[in-house]
Amino acid sequence: MGLAKLNELYKTVIIDNANYPRHKGQIADPTGEMQLKNPTCGDLIKVSVKVDDGKIADVGFTGSGCTISQASASLMTTVLMGKDVKTARRLILAFSKLISGGDIDDEDEELLGDAAIVGSVAEFPTRIKCAALAWHAMDEVLDKTQKS
Amino acid sequence: MSKGLNDSRTDFPILDQEVNGEPLVYLDNAATTQKPVSVLQTIMHYYEHDNANVHRGVHTLAERATEQFEAARDKVAAFINAPSRKTIVYTRSTTESLNWIASSFGNAMVNEGDEIVISELEHHSNVVPWQQVAKNQHATLKYIGLTADGELDMDDARKQITDKTKIVAIAHASNVMGVVNPIKELAQLAHAHNAYMVADGAQSTPHLKVDVQDLDVDFYAFSGHKMLAPTGIGILYGKPEILDEMEPTQFGGEMINEVHEQAADWKESPWKFEAGTPNISGAIALGSAIDYLNNLGMDNISAYEQELVDYTLPKLTQIDGITVYGPHDPAKHTGVLSFNLEGLHPHDVATGLDMDGIAVRAGHHCAQPLMEYLSCEATCRASFYFYNTKEEADRLLDALNEVKEFFANGTSKAERTV
Repeated sequence: MGLAKLNELYKTVIIDNANYPRHKGQIADPTGEMQLKNPTCGDLIKVSVKVDDGKIADVGFTGSGCTISQASASLMTTVLMGKDVKTARRLILAFSKLISGGDIDDEDEELLGDAAIVGSVAEFPTRIKCAALAWHAMDEVLDKTQKS
Repeated sequence: MSKGLNDSRTDFPILDQEVNGEPLVYLDNAATTQKPVSVLQTIMHYYEHDNANVHRGVHTLAERATEQFEAARDKVAAFINAPSRKTIVYTRSTTESLNWIASSFGNAMVNEGDEIVISELEHHSNVVPWQQVAKNQHATLKYIGLTADGELDMDDARKQITDKTKIVAIAHASNVMGVVNPIKELAQLAHAHNAYMVADGAQSTPHLKVDVQDLDVDFYAFSGHKMLAPTGIGILYGKPEILDEMEPTQFGGEMINEVHEQAADWKESPWKFEAGTPNISGAIALGSAIDYLNNLGMDNISAYEQELVDYTLPKLTQIDGITVYGPHDPAKHTGVLSFNLEGLHPHDVATGLDMDGIAVRAGHHCAQPLMEYLSCEATCRASFYFYNTKEEADRLLDALNEVKEFFANGTSKAERTV
């Protein structure tokens, strides 16, 4: 009943990441950048990444938006930092499955760590786009990186 | 619990349900209103008894469908005090009405160096079509600013509207700021400069008595679905002499008079604008919605909504850390209440309210230039109709305080209380 259900979406780790975002800010010498906007609400996220020898050497994000989009971006940067590009893209895919209510490998879930907690957004269909924004942006950046 | 104006709430079965375990409080009426049983029955009756294509059969059902379709047009004309059915064009929506005005009349009237004047509080549907005209014709699109209170700045209007102005296009009521704009005065200003006046009536026609002849507007546009009718039916009113001159934007069946291999000519207004099979059941249902509204009385609807605003707005503005947009004087405010809670994103607030069964809109409300003007990305918006009640206003106010508390204390306190 009522607001109690909010706890399922706004878990402590999500509120914490929204209030104290990790890796927020412009990184030095990025190899790729991408800005995405959610046109329905105006949430705006820009991700930047520095790929070195196939590995994500640095990652950051800027922008503004709701608790879910900010927390999701923060958690994403924490997960992807130091991963090789191939693994990163696999995890982005797994995250995307998770927030749409799908099942993912135990291994991927473990690698996603705290970010997997955002998976509860699947029960709040109107907010899935908020959670996905940063991850979509990052997938596009990494796609370009792999192709270049 | 109160049942809305004249117990009208009981006519809307959708309102009688629980959402997320709480009784639904529907406060997204500026987006679309709910539909009374009488309107739903009209649609059902039409398809069960009278369905046929209009204006083309000689058989009895075709005659019945045509008669009801045109009778609804007469109801619309009477509802906004238009001079005749010939001034009422059926469209898909307010957006389509405004697009037809802009792309046909606008492109024909506006020349290089001319000006089109709109305002900072327009919906995208009254911004983007005019941007296109300005671009096509190398004309200038100008904006009337707002006062500190969020009302249209009439001093600025007098500056922006000049002898170069060809078209002035303004919302009759704002979908964000909760103000009613002085359309009659703007029409006088426009006409003094030989410009044409277009009013976007999407947010006004459902809530107040509209008299297009008294306003002396050249065009007036509105949608059925914001006034109890289904989606997909809209109205374009135009002065008869203007519609006679205006070219259709769509061509094909239904709108023609005679067609030869290389040329064709059109029927008279409004039928020349209505190419193809129209939304017949939607039009007839709009007629039924107008019957319902007339039965309640538009003056009674306005007065009842004013009571709700008088009750809600002062309490809303008192919430600690809230910003309420538009005038804070309830007498100047419609039932569209836009606000933000300090430090909280409107989407988070709207999700919180949804968990309490309360439906509000969160976002930019298709008014991004206004959001830029207000320096915010988005707002929450609660919008009332005559079936809403003071009890529902209290539910909103209580829930806003709970949502504030929830985010202020993090999840830990709430978790302990579960």
